[in-house]
Amino acid sequence: MKGLLEYLKKEREQDWRVELRSKLKNKERTQLERLAMPEQAADIRNKNFAEVNLGLSEEQARHEAQRCIDCPNPTCITGCPVGINIPKFIKKIEAGEFLDAARVLKETNSLPAVCGRVCPQEVQCEQVCFYPQKLNKPPVAIGFLERFAADYEQNSGKISVPDIPAVNGIKVASVGSGPAGLAFAGDMAKMGYDVTVFEALHEIGGVLKYGIPEFRLPNKIVDAEIDILKKMGVKFVNNFIVGKTATIEDLKKEGFSAFLVGSGAGLPNFMHIPGENYIGIYSSNEYLTRVNLMNAADPEYDTPVISGKSVAVIGGGNTAMDAVRISKRLGAGRSMIIYRRSIEEMPARVEEIKHAKEEGIEFLNLHNPVEYFADEHGRVNKMKVQKMELGEPDASGRRRPIPIEGSEFFIDVDTVVVSVGVSPNPLIPQSMKELDVSSWGTINVNKETMQTSIPDIFAGGDIVRGGATVILAMGDGRNAAAAMDRHIKGKVRELISLIKEFKTIGEVLEFAK
Amino acid sequence: MNKIIEKEYFSDSVVKLVVEAPQIAKSRKAGHFVIVRIGQKGERIPLTIAGADVEKGTITIIIQKVGVTSIKLCNLEVGETITDVVGPLGQHTHIEKVGTVLASGGGVGVAPLLPIVEALKNAGNKVITVLAARTKELIILEQQMRMHSDEVVIMTDDGSYGKKGLVTDGMEEVIKREKVDLAVTVGPAVMMKFVTILTKKYNIPTVASLNTLMVDGTGMCGACRVTVGGKTKFVCVDGPEFDAHEVDFNEMMLRLNSYKPEEEEAYENFLNKYRKA
Repeated sequence: MKGLLEYLKKEREQDWRVELRSKLKNKERTQLERLAMPEQAADIRNKNFAEVNLGLSEEQARHEAQRCIDCPNPTCITGCPVGINIPKFIKKIEAGEFLDAARVLKETNSLPAVCGRVCPQEVQCEQVCFYPQKLNKPPVAIGFLERFAADYEQNSGKISVPDIPAVNGIKVASVGSGPAGLAFAGDMAKMGYDVTVFEALHEIGGVLKYGIPEFRLPNKIVDAEIDILKKMGVKFVNNFIVGKTATIEDLKKEGFSAFLVGSGAGLPNFMHIPGENYIGIYSSNEYLTRVNLMNAADPEYDTPVISGKSVAVIGGGNTAMDAVRISKRLGAGRSMIIYRRSIEEMPARVEEIKHAKEEGIEFLNLHNPVEYFADEHGRVNKMKVQKMELGEPDASGRRRPIPIEGSEFFIDVDTVVVSVGVSPNPLIPQSMKELDVSSWGTINVNKETMQTSIPDIFAGGDIVRGGATVILAMGDGRNAAAAMDRHIKGKVRELISLIKEFKTIGEVLEFAK
Repeated sequence: MNKIIEKEYFSDSVVKLVVEAPQIAKSRKAGHFVIVRIGQKGERIPLTIAGADVEKGTITIIIQKVGVTSIKLCNLEVGETITDVVGPLGQHTHIEKVGTVLASGGGVGVAPLLPIVEALKNAGNKVITVLAARTKELIILEQQMRMHSDEVVIMTDDGSYGKKGLVTDGMEEVIKREKVDLAVTVGPAVMMKFVTILTKKYNIPTVASLNTLMVDGTGMCGACRVTVGGKTKFVCVDGPEFDAHEVDFNEMMLRLNSYKPEEEEAYENFLNKYRKA
């Protein structure tokens, strides 16, 4: 930690940074207003799948970058799960060195264009920014700037590929190609490892492809970042389910030394209320997968989706917001969020709730479904909901919703999306009985090293956390990569010291057996 | 991309494909399935693995033309490739020696039944197999079934082959004749429903292999959910085989028709394009 602070200080004292700081007084910088993200108009965007946020222009980005006063003690970095050198990349933007800014991002973040779009900056870097902490003003728009630099580089045609040292010939694998796996792969490749990423689906990217919709994170942005990893030598194998197509034991025999399990959140949760299996009632995973991964909204594609006129999405998280906004884009007249707590307790990002409201989504807060009804073909046509009130805080610190007796009423619906969380994917734990797993089905790890009960196996992302964010999964992937590198090098040193103890070649060969 | 090595027509609408998939061939067991996708715009559909050759690195799948994807698959020729094949998925069949097993297969369900019959026979069971179809042309894999069964009973709706009658008629005759310790059934949901009613009457433990809609096939989406013993189960990771006496077949049949209007429209569009081409 001390080394890091000294490094950051040294970076801050570089001539170009000092000069840039002298160009504008702090007082002038703090007078500048935070820019709003340019967006597609709400009544237009809720009929298309193009990106909602349009990104900053060069002038806008430089303006926003000027707001950053380049603090001597940059607290923002402590709020970043992957430890981006935030002031440095922002100052590069202010200096107009946009490609350099992107390079700074990529030193610690393999997916800057993704993170610039989907990270909850308001509860991370931006929350601990100088502005809200000391001035009670809106923070520097670090997320918008990250997206700007990453997009600028992607569009420049001059994408930099991080330097790769001499390959060390050690094979490691990631189980899953979501954010944990991709961050891990990038870091391991940078350290010279021979990395293979196994993916169960036909597309690489995990939740970035099947989960997050095109209007928040276009697939081509994800593919561009994956392409860089490919140029760094990372191999991707799709249609391969570790634990089924081949086991970790099989892969060890093929020469893989260590593994990161980033297999993600698997089984969708349901509420187990009457009628929940009627036609037209989806898990959010299914609804999103059909639309995002399988392109069900495009008639050219074979996968169908039921796109109703009156859609209820149950839940208050980001996934629920994604699902309800998709339903509007699929032509629903009425799209509703039904959530059992009040809007303040919603786990979704403020920006997603705001966007959803602008797009005409109805919010039925303090409501809970109790039963579904269907027509003679088994298609859902009605639901019964109950009103709730908030009681005492529960274990999560949020006030517990309590049903109000006799408050039930009916709503006509033809599509329902149940978005009440997921349980970890059971495939890996099922295939490795000796792996230490919690009663929730998540893999238990050492929280610093991400190492599991099996020393050569590390894990990160939703398979460990149960349900978290892209950036936390990426942080796990990075921590696992650092710890795996230490673990493997430790093993190699041990091996060398053992070999040194042998007196004859014969003993060495005997040991090698 | 998985290459097609061999193709055989069992009838106009039922095709057998032998497909290159060395890893799956090595790992698969009776009861497992794969998910396939044809073309970059294709959908993902589950198909049971009917057999495998580890040395040649191939798996066998048997497809009945029922909709757009199955027709696309049946139209592929030797040397062409399937865009995506992933597996083996699901829980494999629990195989043990129980005594006498009465296996029943209807329509294209006979294909997934074959490896189960083979494994049950190899485990030392006496296996009696009832194969049923609408008409003679639709009876498939009879010779292979005979190789692995002690007795094969053929039933056709129109009496054009074997005995005239339903699968349950053939089964009941066997049940009345001798003690059956276990029944195994694979076929259309409505057939399995009536098989289950029959075996319940005679108190015979019964396993059904369910063929629901799926998207990812790895437990992620829940499209395949069924009610078994009052609880929601996922066919892709908890199944595909379940205690048939506990399965809510009525709900399953409704859910199988989830996309009937969409499927019919897609089928019409496909045929129109096909005719133009």
